[in-house]
This record gives sequence, C-alpha cells and structure tokens, in this order.
Amino acid sequence: MDPVEVVGSDMSTMGQVLFAVCGVLALVTAITTITQRTPLRAAMALLGHILALAGLYITLHAQLLAAIQLIVYAGAVVVLFVFVIMLIGPGALDRPPDERGVRTKIIGAATVAMLTGAIAFQVGEATAPLTTIHTCPEGAGDCVEFGGVAALSHAIFVGAAVPFELVSMLLLVAIIAAIAIARGVHAGERRSEVEGVDMAEKLPIRPTVLDPLPASPGSERDLDAPAE
Amino acid sequence: MAIGLGTYLALAAVLFGIGAAGFLTRRNLLLQLMSIEIMLNAVNLTLVSFNRWSPATHAGQVFAFFVIAIAAAEAAVGLAILISLFRLKKTVESDRADLLRH
Repeated sequence: MDPVEVVGSDMSTMGQVLFAVCGVLALVTAITTITQRTPLRAAMALLGHILALAGLYITLHAQLLAAIQLIVYAGAVVVLFVFVIMLIGPGALDRPPDERGVRTKIIGAATVAMLTGAIAFQVGEATAPLTTIHTCPEGAGDCVEFGGVAALSHAIFVGAAVPFELVSMLLLVAIIAAIAIARGVHAGERRSEVEGVDMAEKLPIRPTVLDPLPASPGSERDLDAPAE
Repeated sequence: MAIGLGTYLALAAVLFGIGAAGFLTRRNLLLQLMSIEIMLNAVNLTLVSFNRWSPATHAGQVFAFFVIAIAAAEAAVGLAILISLFRLKKTVESDRADLLRH
C-alpha cells in the first residue's frame, strides 16, 4: 500500500495537546531532577523526564526512537542508577551544608539562565518550510512509514552499518571497563598476591618442605601389600 | 499558537540549560550524571526535531540512536567510577575526588 503524504507542519490538535503536556512535564521533571536532595527521588524524576521525551518523540513521528528511548533509558539506565543508589545506601545523600556562598550560586544560576534564555529565544524564531512525510493509514500492511521500524532500520543497517558495528564494539569495551573499574582490588586479594611473592622468594627452601611427598609411593606399596 | 521547529528547539535549549545548571551546581556525582543524561536527551530532541522538518533521510534519528547507545555506555562507566570512588573515599561528593591533586 502506498504511503500517504502528509504536509509536515500542520500538527493535529491531538499532537499539540501531547506536545504541551509532554513539554511541560519534561521541563518540570528536569527541574525536579536537579533540585531534589534525595538521589532516589531525582532518579524517579529522571524517569518521568524520559517518559515525557518519549512522548515528544511520538509527536515528531519518531515512533521507533520513542520505543528505544523507553527500553534503553527507562529500562536500563534508570534501573542502573537505582541499583547504584541502593548499593551505596545512605552515603549517596547530599551533605546538608554547602560550603560555597549563596552569591556564587546566584551568579552561576543567573549566567546559565541568561545564556539559555538567549539561545532559546534565538532558536525559537527558527522556522522551516513545509515538508511532507510518509505516514501509513490505519491497518496498512507493508508500508514504509517515516520513523517506523522499517524505515529507521533500513537507515541504520544500510546507511550506517559500520558505525553500528563500531557502537557494538564500544558497548563491549564499556562493559569490560565498567567491570574492571567497579571490581577494584580487595584487601584480601592484595595479601594473597604478597604471599605468592613470598613463596617465590622462598623457593630454595621448597625441597625441604616437599620432602614428605615421596611418602605417597610408600602408601602405594602398602596398598600392594595385601595383594602379596 | 503554532507549534513549529522553533518551539521544539527552544524547549530543547531550555532542557539543556537545566541539565547544565544541574551539572554545575550539584556536588553529588549521581545527580551530576543524571544532569548529563538530561543534556544528552535535550540534544536528542534537537536532532529528532530537525529530522522531522527535513524528512528526506533519517539522518537525525540515526544520530539520536547512536547518541542513546553512547549515553548508555557513558552511564555504565560513570556509575562504575562512582562505585570505585565510593569504595575509596566513602562519599559520592565530586569535591572530594581529589586524589590526583595532592
């Protein structure tokens, strides 16, 4: 079935409502994330932020990316954060006193707010010409939709196959690095290594230690004795 | 109010600013990592919205896909470093990560 051409910039009322809800939710949850004192509450706010962004992706006709966002971020990254918070326990809490002055904080926040406001108002003026995208009608069979699984997979596996493989290598390296860093060296392991060195230095004494070992042929003889 | 490309870009810029402010003002490494995630998400929103208004290819969405993958790797390594630091110093304050300073 042929895709339907949709004029790009006319967003449906439903899309506008979804954009308004998800946009406000994303802003509120982002502010909540950076202002919460408890890391677990911040992680939950981050989860809400990610859900809101998935909704924004849907308004942008990026359905597969919204699903990937939910799987990777809500399913993996936030869970990883919560795991680490649980692992660390009360040590993850902020110390109540902040030694830096209020003035420094106000100046920093004002600078960031001014820069952000300037950028936001500048890019807010941006307009784009009307564009057409391919969407499928309800119940269409094999129809390649913009941002759908078929179209995006084709773009990734045909247009960007080598970067995709490189990303898989990157993830493998990141897994190994994470294990190597988080594993650390325990005190017990270090002591056993030192003992190993000591054993190697005492090698000349070893034959005297090993002397009792030739007793094993004797025991074999003992086993043979009843046979005689 | 017509929702256009500029609306999305302004929203993404504000989200990026919130993430940057969080990264600069918080001293808890966990919250700093979360602020980095907010910033990466804002960039993703920019990429996807540009792709929406230039739909001849899927370049923006493919790029956002790679950014998501790299953000996941970054979170894994960052949290591993955090656990290692916590084991060493019994704290997650980034101010106290000063082993290389002395």
